[in-house]
Amino acid sequence: MEDAGFIIGGYVLTFATVSFMAWRVLHAGRRLGKQVPDADKYWR
Amino acid sequence: MTTTDPTLTHTDSPGDRPDVGAGSGTRGTRIIGIATIIAMGWLVAFGLGFSPEDRDQRESVRLLYVHVPTIWIAYLAFTVTAISSGMYFFGKKKSLGWDRLAGASAEIGTAFVAVTLVIGAMWGRLTWGVFWQWDARLTTTALLFVTYIGYLAVRRLGGTHDQRARRSAIIGMIAVLEIPLVHWSVRLWRSLHQEATVLGTDGDVSMDGLMLFSLFIGVIAFSLLYLWLVIHRTRVMAMEDLLDDRGLDDALAARRAEVVPSSNQAASNKEGTV
Repeated sequence: MEDAGFIIGGYVLTFATVSFMAWRVLHAGRRLGKQVPDADKYWR
Repeated sequence: MTTTDPTLTHTDSPGDRPDVGAGSGTRGTRIIGIATIIAMGWLVAFGLGFSPEDRDQRESVRLLYVHVPTIWIAYLAFTVTAISSGMYFFGKKKSLGWDRLAGASAEIGTAFVAVTLVIGAMWGRLTWGVFWQWDARLTTTALLFVTYIGYLAVRRLGGTHDQRARRSAIIGMIAVLEIPLVHWSVRLWRSLHQEATVLGTDGDVSMDGLMLFSLFIGVIAFSLLYLWLVIHRTRVMAMEDLLDDRGLDDALAARRAEVVPSSNQAASNKEGTV
């Protein structure tokens, strides 16, 4: 049972971390995207 | 970031303007993002479900489907940082795009090393009975983590973008030399950590087929995640740099506007005294 706690906890922790990273970068992109004209975005 | 777009008025919200408002996403990143979510779903299904338990490690082997891919992708990320740093430092154009790619890749690599260390500690608790040992592999990995924390701290020092790029490029090219040390630490010193199961020197892969497949899915999932994150983060950094430059330009223009009237005033005062 201890094994299951560590294993599931490890997966939950990993996905929580990567989800937070993804949210943070998307949020920053949207926030800054409102201040920068599309003409200055090389990916547009 | 406190800088705002001077072309926007109070009555003109960004969403109303067709030329402003898009974030860092494109059709390509959306496809990579969806592929990442699917691959992560497969990783959970195989890692926690379909993959059998190991004869020796029993259920704790399931943690390795996250632990191993995250450190491999961290190695890749730091290698990209070193190559991008070299492209900036030795390149004739000194393009800041290389510097931003180096910084974005290092951020993601550092986060992946943190995940590796935490998951490794959990695996260690189940397999060795302790969360941490000052073992060669664990210690060198912790050193790698601290080194890249330092790299990221140096990137946040003041100065121009070129100064940032130059000093961080030097660190980025030197820090990558730690990766062989981490990888070969289990052979160089007597280590509690097991030797490489897949990337060993003999080329023999000593893993069950379904276990190897689960590990392979983990590598694919985290590779896709890295690609998605690094594209977005590089674009966000480009916007941050652009707004930094614009903020500096605005500050200089404001300063000049202050100086010009005061110098005119000084000139008129001088004429008055004559």
